Amino acid sequence: MESRYLGLAYLAPYIIGLLVFTMIPFLGSLYLSFTDYNLINAPVWSGLANFTDLTTDRTFKRSLNVTLLYVFLTVPIKLAFALLIAVILNYRLRAIGFFRTAYYVPSILGGSIAVAVLWRYIFADAGLVNLVLTSIGLEPVNWFGDPVNALFTITLLRTWQFGSAMVIFLAALQAVDKSLYEAAAIEGAGKWASFWHITLPLITPVIFFNLIMQMVQAFQEFNGPYVITGGGPLKSTYLLPLYIYDEAFKNFNMGYASAIAWVLFIIIMVLTVVAFWSSKKWVYYAGDKRS
Amino acid sequence: MSNVETRMPLSAVAPAKPMAHSRADRRAEQVQTFVRYALLIAVGFVMLYPLLWLVGASFKTNSEIFGSIGFIPEAPTLDGYRKGWETSTPYTFGRFFWNTFLIILPKTIFTAISCAVVAYGFARFEFPGKKVLFASLIATLLLPNVVTRIPQYILFREMGWLDSYLPLWVPSAFAGDAFFVFMLVQFLRAIPRDMEEAARVDGANSFQTLIYIVVPMLLPALISVALFQFMWTMNDFLGPLIYLSSVESFPVSLALKLSIDTTEAFDWNRILAMSVLALLPALIVFFIAQRYFIEGISAGGVKG
Repeated sequence: MESRYLGLAYLAPYIIGLLVFTMIPFLGSLYLSFTDYNLINAPVWSGLANFTDLTTDRTFKRSLNVTLLYVFLTVPIKLAFALLIAVILNYRLRAIGFFRTAYYVPSILGGSIAVAVLWRYIFADAGLVNLVLTSIGLEPVNWFGDPVNALFTITLLRTWQFGSAMVIFLAALQAVDKSLYEAAAIEGAGKWASFWHITLPLITPVIFFNLIMQMVQAFQEFNGPYVITGGGPLKSTYLLPLYIYDEAFKNFNMGYASAIAWVLFIIIMVLTVVAFWSSKKWVYYAGDKRS
Repeated sequence: MSNVETRMPLSAVAPAKPMAHSRADRRAEQVQTFVRYALLIAVGFVMLYPLLWLVGASFKTNSEIFGSIGFIPEAPTLDGYRKGWETSTPYTFGRFFWNTFLIILPKTIFTAISCAVVAYGFARFEFPGKKVLFASLIATLLLPNVVTRIPQYILFREMGWLDSYLPLWVPSAFAGDAFFVFMLVQFLRAIPRDMEEAARVDGANSFQTLIYIVVPMLLPALISVALFQFMWTMNDFLGPLIYLSSVESFPVSLALKLSIDTTEAFDWNRILAMSVLALLPALIVFFIAQRYFIEGISAGGVKG
């Protein structure tokens, strides 16, 4: 008979990795957030000093506000768009596979620096976007000179990558039992009513999943602002991950950077917990068969 | 094979009953279908045109890049590619592509092996602490990397691994991407154990069963894992940015950023040409193997 610990042997790589690359760093950064550490001298305990400094740090305040604005702008727009396109694709259309592939391409490429480079070009003053705007009689927009517009270019970049969220929505939509719609139609429900009362409740688990994943990701946005706007203008795209990067790897304030990282982590965690808690009220698990 | 039901029925759109009763209904239905296609095509065009424009612009002269909406160059030139490839560093982009490959290959292999072994452990064995460990896997999925990055950097620095590929390779040998383990566990749970049990009856030990029975069945999922890891590593920017400092070991992502910072302000076509080349491997792999991607995200949900 095999040892009941045999399974643990297969898990050994994971357990080692979990300890060395996740748990210890996780606790390490908590410890560092209460210290001053510049990589040269040993960390010096400084109590809550980093956190009290944050309360008066205007860059931090600005960065935090911009980050929240970015997340609350990007996540709903991206998810709404992904859902809208998934719903349209879910009608019995031909070429569904073609469209699904076409819409998914940006998700494959979007994380690349090359796409961030492209964004710099098409949103430049004489770039593609402004040329299109002027050709249809609109005023060109100063994308990178204006704080709100600059942030919005990054929102657009991430919305452009709606494909992966859309594919997940589409799979959920296709799993909805078609007989429910027929029953609703017999009861006299219109399309809008059956979408609102049948489709939407049935796909709430997937909406919830996408919401959490996109939110966690949006809070950690780095490549877009780093390459496209460099955090400007007037720090309007200086998201917290950029600030953490600068503090840690340019100024070597490892303690202070860890404190910012922990504030960011706690914000993400609180919002995740709120989402989980509220999910009991709006996420619908019908005859849950999942193991 | 039995893994069919684990995949979402993406193409299995059940044809609904025809609903149009009167001619007016049918007419309204046709208009709606037309509107839907028009919308889908318009959105697809707006989304893909920037990429088309990028490819066209990479063959344009610098004076033509700004100020033209069209993507077909008036005076096509390979200047962007020729000069961009040379870069302003002592190395060509050939070197940077090679470096990218050197990062990706071990990382992808380590990931596939370690995640398969760990997923096998989770899916096929009962052992003390299994619940806690599986919960830790889910927690790791949701844990923002931003909170572990600084101590990881300090750790790799202490080990003398800075400016080498080790910080990029090593975590993947320890099933560092929880998402892949999770995906493989879900996949394995849906595969019946009959064949494995038969092998055990015939005297195979659990490791032989893994190698000869489970891995072949897991292959489609492992291909998805390898492809996603390829794509993510290809696009990874922050990891190399933090750990690599010598230009000679830069991957393409860092080299592109470097070329923006160092190229003369008006040599746009070089940067655009190199951007096209940087996107090409991912695009080619995606089109060759797209079903693995779409199935991968439908099955497990993915970041991106």
